[in-house]
Amino acid sequence: MTTINLEHIVKKYGDGFPAINDVSLDIKDGEFVILVGPSGSGKSTLLRMIVGLEDITSGDLLINDKRVNDLAPRDRNLAMVFQNYALYPHLSVFENIAFPLRLQKGKHSEAEIKAKVEDAAGMLELTEHLDRKPGNLSGGQRQRVAMGRAIVRDADAFLFDEPLSNLDAKLRGQMRTEIARMQRRLGITTVYVTHDQTEAMTLGDKVAVLKRGVLQQIASPRELYEQPVNLFVAGFIGSPPMNFLPARVDGSTLKLPFVDVPISGELESKVQGKDVVIVGLRPEHLKDATVETAPQHSVHFNAVVDQTEWLGNEQYAYIPYDADPSVQEQLDELDRDLDGEGMRTQLVVNLDARSRVLEGDEAELAFDPAVMQVFDPETGDSLTRDEAKAAEIAADSEKMRKAALERAKAREASQAERSA
Amino acid sequence: MDTTMSNKAKNGLGLVSIVIMIWTIIPLLWIVATSLKSDAALADPKQNVLGNFWPKDISWDNYKLIFSGGASDLFVPALWHSIIVCVVATVISVALATFCAYAISRLDFPGKKLILTSSLAVSFFPVIAMVTPLFNLWRQVGLFDTIPGLIIPYLALTLPLSIWTLSAFFQQIPWEMEQAAQVDGATSWQAFVKVVAPLAAPGVFTTAIIAFFTAWNDFVFSSNLTAQNAQTVPAALNFFTGASQFVQPTGAICAAAVIVTIPVVILVLVFQRRIVTGLTSGAVKG
Repeated sequence: MTTINLEHIVKKYGDGFPAINDVSLDIKDGEFVILVGPSGSGKSTLLRMIVGLEDITSGDLLINDKRVNDLAPRDRNLAMVFQNYALYPHLSVFENIAFPLRLQKGKHSEAEIKAKVEDAAGMLELTEHLDRKPGNLSGGQRQRVAMGRAIVRDADAFLFDEPLSNLDAKLRGQMRTEIARMQRRLGITTVYVTHDQTEAMTLGDKVAVLKRGVLQQIASPRELYEQPVNLFVAGFIGSPPMNFLPARVDGSTLKLPFVDVPISGELESKVQGKDVVIVGLRPEHLKDATVETAPQHSVHFNAVVDQTEWLGNEQYAYIPYDADPSVQEQLDELDRDLDGEGMRTQLVVNLDARSRVLEGDEAELAFDPAVMQVFDPETGDSLTRDEAKAAEIAADSEKMRKAALERAKAREASQAERSA
Repeated sequence: MDTTMSNKAKNGLGLVSIVIMIWTIIPLLWIVATSLKSDAALADPKQNVLGNFWPKDISWDNYKLIFSGGASDLFVPALWHSIIVCVVATVISVALATFCAYAISRLDFPGKKLILTSSLAVSFFPVIAMVTPLFNLWRQVGLFDTIPGLIIPYLALTLPLSIWTLSAFFQQIPWEMEQAAQVDGATSWQAFVKVVAPLAAPGVFTTAIIAFFTAWNDFVFSSNLTAQNAQTVPAALNFFTGASQFVQPTGAICAAAVIVTIPVVILVLVFQRRIVTGLTSGAVKG
């Protein structure tokens, strides 16, 4: 049982710049939490503060309700997998995995160490490589040795620092599922740093999105996707990223570059008094009306497609437009925050693969105004976030997480029974 | 661009390197050849082949002279002094330099720059400039002509060298290795002994060999700070005399030179395998 609580954690470097600013996180037992953000967001620093490799300037770090700010890394009983694996090149794979056990002097007999290492190696399919040196292993094998070293010692929690970023795409996918399976099986509290939003979405029970050292939102992947709190989270989560369109407010109508959308109810009152708002529209929510039936109440519009990319299972279409200069600055800044290149403003549409739209064609597109996200251009805050719905998603995700853990435990028990 | 060299370029480089190798090896071979000549052959070119190079009859007289003959009183103790002084100086200097270099490369402490620059500054001074004050000082404190009296100045020679080479080696070892060890439950000392030191071993051996050579080949300190109780081989050679005052001790000096080279060659051969670089490959994804 391990909980990790971060309370108002601040990290300031010598020049007074806060790399981490007032971050609070509650990580429950057995939870898989992802820290995600673009480069320079402080996610790795935060992880290194948890493990004890960076000092905490102010705030409290609690592990199992005990303040550990001043404990050395070795006294925190956390296991960490480094981005570059940090294997010991002069030791064999066996000794690499056994290293943490050998440091706990007198706690394990030689036979125990052997059994534990072989167990871990078996789980990671490293049994036949135990006598080899890390230098002779492939990238994926090294990665598994690093994981073996982490799981062998019954640590209270696992910490991963971009463990897959050095692997090629295929291996990354395999290791990703492997890590997810291992975490469920061991039911161990895990904190995982990545800049890859696919990893964040697929692995995490909860995802914490950081921007320049400030926590933006911590929620289940589904909540981040459906109910982002601000422009940054909306833009960071999802691939291809959400389209941000400037929209003029005209009474109960939002005038988008291609189409006018009627609004009503709560949203209408929220946008009152604003000239311009930013509308977020996910590429996958735009449909080609000629091949797919758009949902009810959809708004339809025509636009000239500049470029298409057919990927087999889906198809991207790019539609350039001229952005409203009044929100251009805000959009540019957002683009910089997201490590973007400040490219031209264009609408990305994820079309059905059957769509026959070609470059230069006029496409007939439709979307449901209900999926539209509306943001305040001044603050970047979402105007469409539905707190009740978000709470519902959070409760649902928590239920699913518990169920998955239970299932993994039951499966483990039945496996143990069978092998006994 | 083709990265592999053309055959022509390879042959050319091979030829040049053979010329350079011959150029450097001839004086060494000449010393060996001279040490094998008898006194008569040294004086008479007709008893030698290859234009006075190699003696027709190999004579071991010079070796007998330095080990059991008239020069043995001078040479054998000097050989022992050399070995003791150089080994002790090397061990102390490498041990101190290892800790110092580790601290310099890993820790941020005030005076770090000062240590590095002052250790460099020490080696600026010509050795001969240090000898005269040391000579006076050593006589007054009773270190003149003692083994510690020679080890201390040798440390002054070898420490700066060792600190600089070793800190370069330590800087190459990824920080993560140590952090991983600490997260795995190691104390700083354990991380150093179990992870950093083995990884730095090639650097330590390289440094040890360089330090050993420096001390082994020193002439100035030994010839000025010792009389007989601590005299090392290079200084002792200076005091070799021939059979009579009209005979140069060339053969004996050459024989002694060959003998003192042997430990150095053995040292390099033994540690050659340990000096291989790239031991850290596989530690981290490059």
